Amino acid sequence: MSQTVLVFVKQVPDTQNITGDAMTPEGTVNRAALPAIFNPEDLNALELALQLKDRYGVKVVVATMGPPSAAEVLRNSLFRGADEAILLTDRAFAGADTLATSFALSCCAKKVGNFDLILCGRQAIDGDTAQVGPQIAEKLKMPQIAYVEDVVELNDKKIVAKRAIEGGYEVLESPLPCLLTVIDANEPRPMAGLRIMKYKRAMTPSEVNKAAANGEYSDSEAIAAKIDELKAKNLLIHEWSAEYVEADRSRIGLAGSPTKVKNIQSVVLTASEAKSVEPTEAGITELIHELIADHTLG
Amino acid sequence: MSNFYKDNKDLQFTLENIDLVEAVGLKEENYTKAEKFDTAPLNYKDALDNYIRLADVVGEICGENIAPRSTIVDEVGPHFENGVVTYHELTQKNLKELAQADVAGVTLPHEYGGLNFPATVYTMMTEMVSRADASLQNLFGLQDIAETICDFGNEEQRQEFLPRFARGEVDGSMDLTEPDFGSDLQSVRLRAWQDEKTGQWYLNGMKRFITNGCADVHLVLARSEEGTSDGRGLSMFIAEKCPQLVVRRIENKLGIHGVATCELQYNDVPAQLCGKRRFGLIKYVMSLMNGARVAISAQAVGIAEAAYREAKKYASERMQFKKSIDQFPAIYDMLASMKVKVTAARTLLYETTRAVDLRSAYNALAEKQTLTAEEKAKQKYYNKVAAVLTPMCKALATEISNQVAYDAIQIHGGTGYMKDFPVERYYRDARITNIYEGTTQLQIVAAIGGVIQRDNTERINELLALPFEGRLARLAEKVKGMLAKQEEAVAFVANKKDPVYHDLMARSLVENETYVFVGLLMLRDALKCADREVLAERYIIDGEFEFEKRYLRIMSDDKTVIDNHRDVINY
Repeated sequence: MSQTVLVFVKQVPDTQNITGDAMTPEGTVNRAALPAIFNPEDLNALELALQLKDRYGVKVVVATMGPPSAAEVLRNSLFRGADEAILLTDRAFAGADTLATSFALSCCAKKVGNFDLILCGRQAIDGDTAQVGPQIAEKLKMPQIAYVEDVVELNDKKIVAKRAIEGGYEVLESPLPCLLTVIDANEPRPMAGLRIMKYKRAMTPSEVNKAAANGEYSDSEAIAAKIDELKAKNLLIHEWSAEYVEADRSRIGLAGSPTKVKNIQSVVLTASEAKSVEPTEAGITELIHELIADHTLG
Repeated sequence: MSNFYKDNKDLQFTLENIDLVEAVGLKEENYTKAEKFDTAPLNYKDALDNYIRLADVVGEICGENIAPRSTIVDEVGPHFENGVVTYHELTQKNLKELAQADVAGVTLPHEYGGLNFPATVYTMMTEMVSRADASLQNLFGLQDIAETICDFGNEEQRQEFLPRFARGEVDGSMDLTEPDFGSDLQSVRLRAWQDEKTGQWYLNGMKRFITNGCADVHLVLARSEEGTSDGRGLSMFIAEKCPQLVVRRIENKLGIHGVATCELQYNDVPAQLCGKRRFGLIKYVMSLMNGARVAISAQAVGIAEAAYREAKKYASERMQFKKSIDQFPAIYDMLASMKVKVTAARTLLYETTRAVDLRSAYNALAEKQTLTAEEKAKQKYYNKVAAVLTPMCKALATEISNQVAYDAIQIHGGTGYMKDFPVERYYRDARITNIYEGTTQLQIVAAIGGVIQRDNTERINELLALPFEGRLARLAEKVKGMLAKQEEAVAFVANKKDPVYHDLMARSLVENETYVFVGLLMLRDALKCADREVLAERYIIDGEFEFEKRYLRIMSDDKTVIDNHRDVINY
């Protein structure tokens, strides 16, 4: 079976290990001060894809939308076991909200064309919307299963997946192609040493050009030769522009984003003192009366 | 995010500054291996980049995954039932993740799916694994078995076993010790006999205290020459797990609970000879043991690092008399001393692995081609230096590990005696390091010859010639003074030609040699990084008093211990 699984990943600021200068004085995220990391649930999605590769021999293609530096998250995916990587990058993509992002990614998926499955992390830790995955499925008019923990079965016609629901799980079957959003239910494998030693040399064409600007390649011929060499060794990270994926400019980037940030507020939670209630009828009655009195209840 | 490489300034400093150019150049055959293998480095810079990346990966696995699991692994450990050892599921997970990171065959050549890394980088991984879970190192470190097969087995054996090791499909064990013979390995009795018709070898007998004796692939020291009773009648065999190889029991140990220590019974276990007959102990096992001694030194450093960090953290948080206890001289003195000891052990450890890497590189070169006179001289030199540094390093690192773990409990006070904090585990785990793979007493025996012969003089002189200035120059003068006294003490003992006095003073002589040599290494590092001056200073000033005590003892010519020990012991 040679099925293709497309995994959408995102590079995000590390919001879990916040240091002092994580916020600007204006109350927005200081991206420069936060290290860029692989969005955690996207790692779960990649892990699930790699497990499908181990189980069924599928081909794993990883794609991300972002600035040229997002190539890092693609190399990271190659280190873990992905077969191919695509960087969707264009100034026109900048400033996208979830609507514009999912449109751009759906264009990317269409360009990839022959895929059987799309995997996304449930949500990214910078926005926490959990909207992009489902919106991609809608735009591609594909069935979707959200909150997936594991794949029970995959064959050339259908997928059976286990997804988390409140208080338990359910097992759903879907025809292919299908989109899954994946939750933190597996343990992403570490990067593999041998793959690191090989794929650390993987580059995007822009990175080759940048190296050329630093004097590594003398002329356009040398640059072209380098890109051909990378291609031959399967070390080229594809770089796709808005034009290449035939994305309608009015639907991507800032132009395609109806979301407007009106105001950002820094909310500081202040802890108040604890109060213990006797575990007796009287104690509970007293508590209920108190909650009614301060209008928490009723 | 916890990463045992990224959070360790000293380890990063070591990897970034250690000079492996010559050893790596030889190991990568002048970087021509890159033509055949897309994982091979193009030059030293590229190789170092690989080492740092992989140290980072292992550091993350250790910090994020292995360390948090270590308490449960220690509490529960492996399970033994009906002759079958089952490792704790978390131990199995640890091993799986390390194999997924491709670090199950770190030093194995590219040809067999290994990383072809130098021992230095492998040892750093060993150190990090040990810091996370010392018992796991006993399993991780058994990839040395594969290295030994690589060094001494034939090509067929290499093809058969090495790729499986590299992929983490099989694990190994080295079956040396027997119920009656531990330190005295030349008396090993396990019998190897050969079927005259088929040429097949079989093994018969008992082995004891075998780390991971439930392994898939065993390297076994056995008596192949009937009628012999010494080390020259022993050969090395490769045996695979089979019904005739029975695990009789697993030991109930003080520490390193995560790994099974087995008693094995061989009932005509089929085996293949590895290398040449009669070379089992004198060549192959000595090589295997030397590798293992470096690994145990790294295990000791890892445990010490973990214990030091716990102590430092606790002392900064524990309030007594309205301040944190690390503000009291009695406590900060202990902490500073612990820190200097860990740093000192580490600097000697990687000086040792550097010599080991150069030794391996020249030995490997000698297998492939006729060496030039210059290369031959280097081969001889690095064999000599590695031979003296390895036991010296194990003695220092493992004793220090015990001291640091001991002090870490002391700093915790009563809390440290409880199972609620990990320091009691570090204390138990450290305790084996100066016993197995040769006790400290045996390391002294192994090192003393090289100390008396002044085998390390060339390196000492190299270090003394470094351009020290100011504070470092004053400290170097102190070390020079110690060196002069050490040379005097060595000559004094050598000239006496009294073997008992020689044995009695051997430990003091080796330890004093260590003070001189490590002092110089600390100065060398301080020259590269000014922040390390205070570490060198503390080591040398503390060391001077310790040195003097031993020097006075050696020069005292006091033989009362020799004369009266029986009466003292028996009173």
